Amino acid sequence: MDFNDTPEEAKFRSEAREWLTANARQRDTSNAKASVSNKSEAERLVRAKQWQALKAEAGYAAITWPTEYGGRGGTSIQSVIYSQEEANFDVPRGFFEIGLGMCIPTMMKWATPEQNERYVKPALFGEEVWCQLFSEPAAGSDVAGLRTKCERDGDDWIINGQKVWTSGAHFCDYGIIVTRSDPTVPKHKGLTFFFLDMKTPGIEIRPIKQISGGAGFNEVFFNDVRVPDSQRLGDVGEGWKVSLTTLMNERLAIGGGSGVDHEELLKLARETELEEGPAIKDSNVREKLADWYVQSQGLKYTKFRTLTALSKGQVPGAESSIGKIVSGPKMQDLGSFAMDIQGQGGILQDGDESPMGAAFQNQWLGAAGYRIAGGTDEILRNIVSEQVLGLPQDIRVDKKVPFNELASNSKK
Amino acid sequence: MNFDFSDDQKMLKDQARKFLEDKCSYDDVRTVLESDASHHDDVWQGLCDLGFTGAAIPEEYGGLGLGALELCVVAEELGRCAAPVPFSSSIYMAAEALKLGGSEALKQAWLPKLASGEIIGTLAAAEGPAAPSPRNTKTTFANGKLNGRKLPVPDGETASVAIVLANTGGAGEQAVSLVVVDLTQSSVTRSSVETIDPTRGHAEINFEDADATLLGVAGEGWALMKRVEAGAAVLVAFEQVGGTEAALHMAKDYSLDRYAFGRQIGSYQAIKHKLADMYVKLELARSNAYYGAMVLAQEGADLELAAASARISATEAYRFAAQECIQVHGGIGFTWEANPQFHYRRSKLLALSLGSASRWKNRLVAELEKSNVA
Repeated sequence: MDFNDTPEEAKFRSEAREWLTANARQRDTSNAKASVSNKSEAERLVRAKQWQALKAEAGYAAITWPTEYGGRGGTSIQSVIYSQEEANFDVPRGFFEIGLGMCIPTMMKWATPEQNERYVKPALFGEEVWCQLFSEPAAGSDVAGLRTKCERDGDDWIINGQKVWTSGAHFCDYGIIVTRSDPTVPKHKGLTFFFLDMKTPGIEIRPIKQISGGAGFNEVFFNDVRVPDSQRLGDVGEGWKVSLTTLMNERLAIGGGSGVDHEELLKLARETELEEGPAIKDSNVREKLADWYVQSQGLKYTKFRTLTALSKGQVPGAESSIGKIVSGPKMQDLGSFAMDIQGQGGILQDGDESPMGAAFQNQWLGAAGYRIAGGTDEILRNIVSEQVLGLPQDIRVDKKVPFNELASNSKK
Repeated sequence: MNFDFSDDQKMLKDQARKFLEDKCSYDDVRTVLESDASHHDDVWQGLCDLGFTGAAIPEEYGGLGLGALELCVVAEELGRCAAPVPFSSSIYMAAEALKLGGSEALKQAWLPKLASGEIIGTLAAAEGPAAPSPRNTKTTFANGKLNGRKLPVPDGETASVAIVLANTGGAGEQAVSLVVVDLTQSSVTRSSVETIDPTRGHAEINFEDADATLLGVAGEGWALMKRVEAGAAVLVAFEQVGGTEAALHMAKDYSLDRYAFGRQIGSYQAIKHKLADMYVKLELARSNAYYGAMVLAQEGADLELAAASARISATEAYRFAAQECIQVHGGIGFTWEANPQFHYRRSKLLALSLGSASRWKNRLVAELEKSNVA
């Protein structure tokens, strides 16, 4: 039992590290503030596109993709190794994950060879950015309950409706969208999937402000938006099947966690005085610190078990499903407790006055959303209980009923 | 990345599992619960015959000369069936203490018999309902004679040899030493005591000028005991992981069989989410136990930290799974005749046998403070 790379993995790792060292700046881990950018989003997007092009040129952008699409034709473990190495460098992040992680894999599976010829490489090289238009005001966890409709008009389809929580819509060039083509059949059977140009007339994008202060995602309104039938992916009524391709690619993010964790909490506890003495000597603080240390280690070593399976070319076990269930509440509770240690001053959210640039306060605010995004705590527990433990699905009152006869948020 | 047991170790695990599935059902555990027996003779004998007791004892002392990883896979299976055997006392505690601190003479005298299972060994530290410490240890060892009272001592009635924590003078942590005592001498009297887990016999032992031999260096008993505890904590963590998984599956199986309001109770979210939470804690505990195993096998410098993590994680997982297993069973889960009680009892025994989680959290943070992290 060991943490060692195989000789092939070690060779790949050292090549990746060498390339990164030559082309990127090392991350300053001693200073939490250093990694927080003060550049505007527009500036960061420009830098991100430059970095993406550099990566793609060197064959590190989509390691497991086929070479004919600009990938490396490599293994999952190589992809993980590259991510591990890149995590030690200060590179732009947050612009291409959805497009390359979810949208383009959907295109590669469902679009025509000509379409993939046109769209895949530009996405990979950062020339075009993609977003995913699934969730709606009336349909989040129950995404198949969506209402945005498409109607056939000659060689085109006309789309009307609204999407929500669309990350990056405001800077994206293309998007994948699932719509309702037939409301008279049960919900899963009446969906049709398209990809479209985000500059198409009739698309209106409005940012949504989050409680954490940022506005990374949007409402997207569709007013008589015309999309050619040639941009339909899958058959009419096959939209749910196509969506499953997208949703399945959401799994297996083995990147390092971000945010503040037990190391920062330990540092804070050492540096903060409570009434009776240093926080690190308080038994309540010690107990909580130990609990989060143990949880973090548990998550880390669970990832290592998954990596072991990948390294052997095996399918990872179900234990990889526990990550977000644990990390979401942990981020929230740890952030909250760290604020407690700061006493009345814990309410300060000031980059200069608050410890670690108000990282704990920011994390506590952000975690409230993280527990919901990408699968809520509750849905994830349903998934674990059903798909891992084999328990029965929840009773669905809507599975066989025509969509337009269902009770919903718009019709009670 | 090779963070897994080897194929040989997995085969050993399968062998242990098959033996225990066959010879140690819950009915077999129940016979110990409902009798005065300290352990189940046939199950214990079977484990000895299969060589498991000698797995991590060097060949020159009659063992198989394998290592910690082999013991870990066996431990998980012992935990899965809440095996009523003195394996942990004899092998994780007594044998390891002798391996770590014993002179050549002591090792030759005791290890071969522990390896074969001819005798049972144990470690006696507590002296009543308080965590043992250098400060509160009243049992004394002086001029080769041991005097005092220890309870609860796991397998104290059937053990032939005990490693005993005794006061040998000295200040602070230097006040105590470990000594080796032959429990069959007449100056040693023992009687069984009642505990919350009657499937594992415990005793009160009185020493009246009993002959004993120093184990390791005088005044360094506390450090040696903490080292023994750390190794044992990793092995017990595997037992706790096995027990957690058993409780989870017991609850899941019941929830699929039991109907209420016209459907399986396992189809209700309250039950589904509870079982999902059990699964999450199980996998975190398993991962932490694996790391503990790796560090133990490599004799790594961070054993104290890795062992603490493994123990804290596994204690919480088993606690939750065992108590919620009863909950999922409803009224029937609370009956004497049903099986959830075995894990409820065993989870608490294992939670306390090496010291409570609170104490280990303190030990863990003390290790973090030593490091220059952050």
